[in-house]
Amino acid sequence: MNSNPVKINGENVAAAGMTIAEYLASANYDTKRIAVERNLEIVPKAKYAEVVLEAGDVVEVVNFVGGG
Amino acid sequence: MACDKIPSREEFRRALVQKQGEEIVQKLEQATVAICGVGGLGSNVAINLARAGIKKLILVDFDRVDMTNLQRQQYKVSQVGVPKAQALVENLKEIAPYIELEAYDEKITEENIDKFVANADVVCEAFDNPEAKSMLVNAVLEKYPQKYLVAASGMAGTDDANSIKTRKISKHFYLCGDGKSDVTQMLALLAPRVQICAAHEALTIIRIIAGLEV
Repeated sequence: MNSNPVKINGENVAAAGMTIAEYLASANYDTKRIAVERNLEIVPKAKYAEVVLEAGDVVEVVNFVGGG
Repeated sequence: MACDKIPSREEFRRALVQKQGEEIVQKLEQATVAICGVGGLGSNVAINLARAGIKKLILVDFDRVDMTNLQRQQYKVSQVGVPKAQALVENLKEIAPYIELEAYDEKITEENIDKFVANADVVCEAFDNPEAKSMLVNAVLEKYPQKYLVAASGMAGTDDANSIKTRKISKHFYLCGDGKSDVTQMLALLAPRVQICAAHEALTIIRIIAGLEV
């Protein structure tokens, strides 16, 4: 485990160096059903492939399920 | 005894102050909330906010009232087939005759979203479709980072009431629900669980407007 991991949804994940798109694919997220906040700011979907996660980042992946 | 005369605006306000206090009433009577989707979540959020004395609601939904909605949404048998936004205006006017309402029988997209949310102090995401939820949340957070947004995810199924929670995700973004109970993966969509989630959204909106969320 990376000594300075990325915190994703409250858990330490060795994802530093990955792009957001790479991380989301590795964790099986459907990008049409989520919102990603990195250090309390929204990451536009168009930027998922270019934003690289850094050690110490705090990321929240909000996953939307059906019903309302 | 039925009341055959609608009480005056002042009488309504006095009654609200008696139950909610002057400070909260004063904040609510100046606030506008856009409710995106007026089905199980949105129709219940709207009724909560109307009763509480919100100044104005913007109601948006492209759908019409269906028989299968009556089990959990705030519509009547006589309204089956009527556009939901229009039916809700009728019902809200009976509850809160002095509320200001804007109703749109339209589908919200990334292109037209400004028309519905630009003038709102708080945006309430109350869709049922997860891709629509994601579209709205991303669009509001990207275009209006200063606006408050209250969204919902996960209120299907038969889990107990306490699994539904409100979480503050970032400075202006709140998420209600259990985060996982997907209607497409289970049979039940029970009125109490949907209403609990709607009540979480409505209370969060009231707390934001009243300045209690800091």
